[in-house]
Amino acid sequence: MARPKKLQVNPMPETVLDRRDVIPLLIENPHDFLVVAGLAGSAQELTAITNDGPNVYALAGAMGAAVSMGIGLALAQPKRRVLCVTGDGELLMNLGALATAALMNPPNLTIICVDNGHYGETGNQDSHTGFGVNLAKIAEGSGIPAVLTINTMDDLPEGSRLVRQGNGLAFILLRVKEGKPLNTGRLMNPAVGRTRFRQHALGHV
Amino acid sequence: MTSHDVTTGAVTWPDQLYDLLKRANITQFAYVPDAGHRVLIDRSLADPDVHSVALTTEEEGVALLAGADLGGARGVLLIQSSGAGNCINMLSLNKGGKFPLLMLISMRGEFGEGNPWQFPMGQATQPVLEAMGTIVLRAEAPAEVIPTVEAALTMVFQSGETVAVLLTQRLIGAKKFA
Repeated sequence: MARPKKLQVNPMPETVLDRRDVIPLLIENPHDFLVVAGLAGSAQELTAITNDGPNVYALAGAMGAAVSMGIGLALAQPKRRVLCVTGDGELLMNLGALATAALMNPPNLTIICVDNGHYGETGNQDSHTGFGVNLAKIAEGSGIPAVLTINTMDDLPEGSRLVRQGNGLAFILLRVKEGKPLNTGRLMNPAVGRTRFRQHALGHV
Repeated sequence: MTSHDVTTGAVTWPDQLYDLLKRANITQFAYVPDAGHRVLIDRSLADPDVHSVALTTEEEGVALLAGADLGGARGVLLIQSSGAGNCINMLSLNKGGKFPLLMLISMRGEFGEGNPWQFPMGQATQPVLEAMGTIVLRAEAPAEVIPTVEAALTMVFQSGETVAVLLTQRLIGAKKFA
């Protein structure tokens, strides 16, 4: 009978990076950005590395929202650099958002997909990327102009350059091992998060 | 103000509606292509002062406009009733996060509909939106469109509510099927 099978068409190297090491190195000073963080691991991690910063809107629901929110925010704030940090499961729920991002092409938006190949929040089940679906190829096929896959520490300098100095829309697939994200607890009230973010970004509610 | 040109009889409310949205400082027009919203979509595409965002599915627009709100911008989501169903879980952002949202929904599956596939979602549009905390207003006649959307704009951007204005099939006419 039919069941998910490991894909043979997208061979990718074994994951070696630990997200808790590599995400802070990739983003460096997260306070330089306005950030939308997709639910679960990404939201926990961005909250942790900003010490619960008001420049991070951390989702704990609305799965599939992160990239679209990043587009809307980047269009609204063209002079600020916007990061959308999300996971493979969250992104898989709305792949069409990559196509929309490419069409709108906001030059101040970088999308980072932290791909651990698993649904870390719901019991660590394999995600489609764990079976071999390659989100970087989907981003390329969508027409996003700069697409980078980070497999090892050697790939990090180019990733940091794209995040900080990139002159156009970029997608970074950050392939990491299974394992817990940095987690220091996070704000779970979405309305308070909105007010706090707007106060920070706009100077008013 | 009339909703028809008195000499030609042409429908004028779609252009008046675009002008109203511009006066309300709407700068992000998000849509899934639809004949019912043709004038608004085409005018947004031709307008250098607004972002015209084509979506692959309607829920993208709910999230997009929440992101716009985080950045201090106002938007409108232009969809068909079938697409309202695609938004439901994403409206958690609005109910839980108090993100303001204006949706204009061109209706199918109601008054005079000839395509049976349109009825399930068309008939469910208002109750499922209301179940997610969206306030639903209806425009049944040309003269009702502008005052209804004016009211919705105040409810959304002054009071922070999520409001859907249904542009009903009685207003826009039923699509003809052979």
